[in-house]
Parts: sequence; structure tokens; C-alpha cells
Amino acid sequence: MNTVAILLSAFVLSFVALLVFIWSQRTGLFDRSGRGAEVIFAPQEIGRIEEPAATHAERGALQGAADAAADGQGLAPDTDELDARERADASTGPVVFFFYCCAIVWLLVASAAGLTASIKLHEPDWMVQQAWLTFGRIRTIHLNAVAYGWAPMAGLGTALFVIPRLLKTPLLGARFAFVGAVLWNAALIAGLGSIGAGISDGLEWLEIPWQIDTLFALGGALIGMPLVFTLVNRRVDHLYVSVWYMACALFWLPVLFIVAKMPGLHQGVQQAAMNWWFGHNVLGLFYTPLALASVYYFLPKVIGRPIQSYNLSLLGFWGLAFFYGQVGGHHLIGGPVPEWMVTLSIVQSMMMIIPVAAFTVNQYQTLQGRLAALRWSPTLRFIGVGGLMYTASSVQGSFEALRSVNAVTHFTHYTVAHAHLGLYGFVSFVFFGAMYFVMPRITAREWPYPWLITAHFWLVSGGFALYFLSLTTGGWLQGQAMLDAARPFMDSVAVTLPYLKGRSIGGAFMVIGHLVFAAHFMLMVTNVGPQRDQPALFRHLFARKATP
Amino acid sequence: MKSEIRLISGAMVMLALSTSALVVLPYLQVHDVPALPGLKPYSSTELRGREVYIANGCVYCHSQQPRAKAFAPDFARGWGRATVAADYAYDRPHLLGTMRTGPDLMNIGVRQPSQAWQLGHLYQPRAFVPGSIMPSYPYLFELKARAEKNEVVVNLPAEFVPAGQVVVARPEAMDLVAYLLSLDRSYPVIAAPAASGPGAPR
Repeated sequence: MNTVAILLSAFVLSFVALLVFIWSQRTGLFDRSGRGAEVIFAPQEIGRIEEPAATHAERGALQGAADAAADGQGLAPDTDELDARERADASTGPVVFFFYCCAIVWLLVASAAGLTASIKLHEPDWMVQQAWLTFGRIRTIHLNAVAYGWAPMAGLGTALFVIPRLLKTPLLGARFAFVGAVLWNAALIAGLGSIGAGISDGLEWLEIPWQIDTLFALGGALIGMPLVFTLVNRRVDHLYVSVWYMACALFWLPVLFIVAKMPGLHQGVQQAAMNWWFGHNVLGLFYTPLALASVYYFLPKVIGRPIQSYNLSLLGFWGLAFFYGQVGGHHLIGGPVPEWMVTLSIVQSMMMIIPVAAFTVNQYQTLQGRLAALRWSPTLRFIGVGGLMYTASSVQGSFEALRSVNAVTHFTHYTVAHAHLGLYGFVSFVFFGAMYFVMPRITAREWPYPWLITAHFWLVSGGFALYFLSLTTGGWLQGQAMLDAARPFMDSVAVTLPYLKGRSIGGAFMVIGHLVFAAHFMLMVTNVGPQRDQPALFRHLFARKATP
Repeated sequence: MKSEIRLISGAMVMLALSTSALVVLPYLQVHDVPALPGLKPYSSTELRGREVYIANGCVYCHSQQPRAKAFAPDFARGWGRATVAADYAYDRPHLLGTMRTGPDLMNIGVRQPSQAWQLGHLYQPRAFVPGSIMPSYPYLFELKARAEKNEVVVNLPAEFVPAGQVVVARPEAMDLVAYLLSLDRSYPVIAAPAASGPGAPR
């Protein structure tokens, strides 16, 4: 196929797409009113904090911080709206709880596998007798347990909680999501088992055999159904920004997954291009939107103040949807793929700065004057750090795509550090924060030991800082050693060793943090621990509301 | 935004653009590139070895895509010329890789063509490359008092073999080495000019 035909078809395609896009969005996109941002609040509720993860005293301080910043007038929120929200929460409770339990199990599995893989990189003769424990398999088990276990279970669980609240409609058909989650987890168990046994489709991010993936597709479709039902039967007119991200993520993932896993369709270099189209889009068009949606909901909700600029969030959303989809080719810079594709991906990687800046400015402006809230709210602490890491990892990713930087960092541990900044520093932190908010709402219990939340936060933050800095430095030095033809290849290995050990130590702290989190979760669920005087329920938050 | 239909259709248009740029166009351009004359299809032994390579995740540390001289000193390291799409005509799945914790392997069959070296290195990399962080793969081998007639004994420095025993390669190891030795993209990409052309030596 010649270049002219390719350019022509690309042109025609883009033009048609643009027309369809303009048609589909011709209202709403430049809607200048900020009213949309207020739909997450009941009338008169702006100015009221909502932070079920905090203690009673912390909530008082948090409300104090919100009052001090003083646009809160509404101290008597509409009780009908709050009733509707309570009904929405009640409708999602069991199913969200099930998703979160699965998420925590996979978090622990992934942590154990990840730490094992990390240690193996500097102790290559440790645990080598069993095939399933070899680096190439345990590393892959780690990746898949995060990619198809922890992240989607936590993210979809949060979506199941947030969407009914945003649509002011109880979740319809929760049992579909329940069955879907059972199938999904069964598929993941089978998938990790086959990777351990050495049965793999051989593509990064797509190792699980396609036969098992049909079960994922079925499970995913069932999980999506209640969200679609609820969307169609909603009681609100306006769709809040979190709904855009969550709904689109649910529609993007199946397309990505089915195209990528179609047996017998892809081969050779073309398959490599497809591989990174999928690999990057599953991050950019699935985990990222789920996590961004959580930030857009929980951050304003906790501090009781609507998002500052609703138009910026529109720019952020459509910018992400357009640019992020095309960045995957930067994984193949210098490789045997068509040059135009790599260039396109580099350009779009740099363009990603636009939606990222839109998001960052928006969140910062919303928080401005309320930074004290970070001290009092565990949810906000995790989500705030997560949002910051989104900015950091995205900007880093944009520059990593430049040929000059990529020449050093490609093929090195630097990339691994970057991937963890995105999926751990950003996505996982946001989901931790979301779970701290949601659990008290769906179990009607408070977190029994607030100091465990603090311990979790500092263990994973400190551990991850060590992880990231070690691996980034080690990876950079490794890349420089590899670029210098005068140095033998083994230099590039030797130079990384201290940093790989540093990564293992950081990783160990992260694992301890996860154990603390899981233990705290267990204590809460089994109702062990002190009986707190103020369960984090609405009827206690809003004293004026009549108790039924 | 008020209409979910518009939202979803807009979102799917965005994904369609991305899919056409990174999946459909590369499919049209490079999916059916014919193999170069120097490239042979893998034999069934080599394909079995390729499955062993995939099963044990070799791709997570070893790339198969030397880059151009202008970009990186891959050629100077002996990893071979920059590859082209036609070099991968028989690769299902592709194994281009994204990490070089170990060296590129696109031409390992040319660079290290000794079966004995490859087997010994798989059994214990540090017996051959001091400072290597590659895992050892004892489960691809067997320790025995004496090898059977058709079995291949792995040659190793004495300190790596338990006294009174020999290390024998299992079939998986033999297949994997057959695959590694088949990795050879050293043939030319551009055919040499015909001898009768202008300027050809007479």
C-alpha cells in the first residue's frame, strides 16, 4: 500500500471523524455556566464537607477549614436529596463491598509477586527450582494481578458507588455486576494459573490466553450492564464530569480488548504496533479515566466546594480522549515500525500536556485556600497525592517520548519506574483514597483505627518515593552506559545493582503498607476495634435531618 | 453535557481515530510484508523452542530489535543491523520486547553459535558471564549419575556441578537453544546489484 493512499485515507478518516464529533458535541462543550459542577451537591449543601474516613474531631477541623475559606452558606441541605443519596449508597453497598474485597486480595497477590520479582533481579539464584517462580513468570503474574485484578476491581467498584450518586438513582441490576465480577475473578485466577504454568499468548499486557479472555469479556459486559441501566434511567439531567470518564472507560475497554485479543489477526511488526496501542490505551483510556473520575468526584465532595472551572474539565476530558489514544507508538521509537506512526505518537504524547495541565490547574484552583483540609482528611491526602502524581507521570511520559530522551531511557528500568508512577503513584493512590471514603458509607461503620490509615499512607508514600527515585536513577545510568559503545554491556548491568536493591527495599515498605491496609479493612469488616462515638452516617452528619 | 448518546459516540470516534492510526494503517502497511529471501521459516523444533522462550518470559529482559547506527550503538555491540518489518514475517506472536536488562537477541545465533555455550549459560549464566543477573534455569535440566545414550551432557566448570553427577539437558532446553541458534538477521535487506549492471566488476 503506497504512502499517498495512506495519507489520503487518514485525511478522509480524520475529516469525517471531525464532522461526526462536531455534530455529537455541538452543544454543551462550550457551555460557559459552572452549574454543571454543582450537581454533586444537594441544594444548600455547598460548603459542607463529606469525609467518612476521618474521625469526628478531624471532621470538625475539616469543616472548620471549609468554613474559614467561607463560601459555605448552606448549612441546611435539602433532605430529599440526601435521602436519594443514601438510597443510592444503600443500593450499591453489597456489590461494591464484593469488588473491594477482590481488589484487596489481588493487591496482596500482586504485592507478593512484585516484591519477589524485584528481589530476583539482584538475587538471580534465589528460588530458581520452580518454573512458575522464575522472573519471567512471576513478573508477569505481578503485572496481570495489578492490571486485571487490583486496578479494575478497585476502579469499577468505585464507579459502581459513584455513578448512582451522580445520577441520583439507585443502582439498577446490581446482581449482573455481582455475577460479572465472579466470572472476571474466575478468569483472572485461570489466567494467572496459566501464566504460572507457562501457557501465554506472549504479548506484554495480553499474556492471558485468549480462550480465558472470552470469560473476561463476558464478565466485563455483565459488570457494565448495571451502570448502563442506571445511566438510562437516571433522574438528573446533567451528566457530571466523572460520569463522562467512567462511562467512556466502560465503552473503550471492550473495543481495545476485543481488537487486541482477536486470534490470528495480528502478526509481526504490525502486532507490535497493535500491542502498544493496547498497552498504552488500557492505561490511558481505562485506569486513568476511572481514577480521574474519582478525583473529580471525591476532591470537591470532601472539601465541599465545586470544581473551579467546569470548562477546563471539558477540555481535559476531550483532550485526553483524542491525544491519549494515539501515543502508543512511542514504545517503538527506533524500532522497525513505520516512521510516520512513531512520529505521530511522539507529537500526541507532547500534546497530552494540554489535558494534563487543564486537570492540574483545575484541581489546584479548587483546593486553593483549603490546603489545610489535606491534614484532616485521609481520603483527600491519598487523592491529593494521586492527582499530583498524575501530573508528574504524564509530564514525564511526554518528555520520555522525545527521541533524545527516549534514546537513553528506552529499554531500561527508567521506564518501569515511570509505569509505576502512573499506575501506583497516581491510580492506586486515588483508589486507596476512594476506598477510605466509600467503605464507611457502605458498611455503616467507621474505620476502627485512624492511626492505621496514617501508617498506610506514610509506608506506601515513603516506600514508593524510594522505589521511584532508585529505579529512575538506576535506569538513567543504565541507559547512558548502554549508549556508550566504549563501555561493555555488562557495565549497564553492574551500574543498576545498588538501585535494584533500593527498589526492593522501597517495594518492601509498600508491601507492608498494603498489609496494614488489608488488616485494617479486615478489622473494619469483622467489627473488631473500638466502638466510635460517631459512625460516619448522614443522619449524624446532618443533625437536622429526621431519623426514620 | 446532557446526552449520553453524544458523549459515547464522541468517545468512540476518538477511539476509532486512535485505532485507525495505530492498528488499521499499520495493518495495511506492514501486515503482509513478504519475508526477505535470506529469512527461513522456523522449523518445528525452533517453534517449540520459541514457545519455551515465551513461557519463561525471556522477552521481559531481551529485546529483538537492534536500532539504526545513528540512533544507538546496537550494531557496534554486535547485535546486528537495524531490523525491518520483513525480518519478522514469520513471528507470531512478535517478540520485539521493551527491556534490555540483558542484551538484544535478534542475532544471538550469529554472535554465540555454540550449542554447548548456550546450554551451559542457561543452566548457570554466572558460570559464563561473571556479574550476570540472568536467572539460572535448573528446571530445564536434570541432574543424573550417568547420561543415557541420546542425552546431551552440559559442559560446566567443575564448581557448578555436584560431585558424581552430570547435568543433562531436558528437551525444552534443547528446543530453546535450537530457537536461539536460529536467530539470525544478518542477511542483507537490499539485494546486491546484479553483476551485469553498469559498474559491475568484469
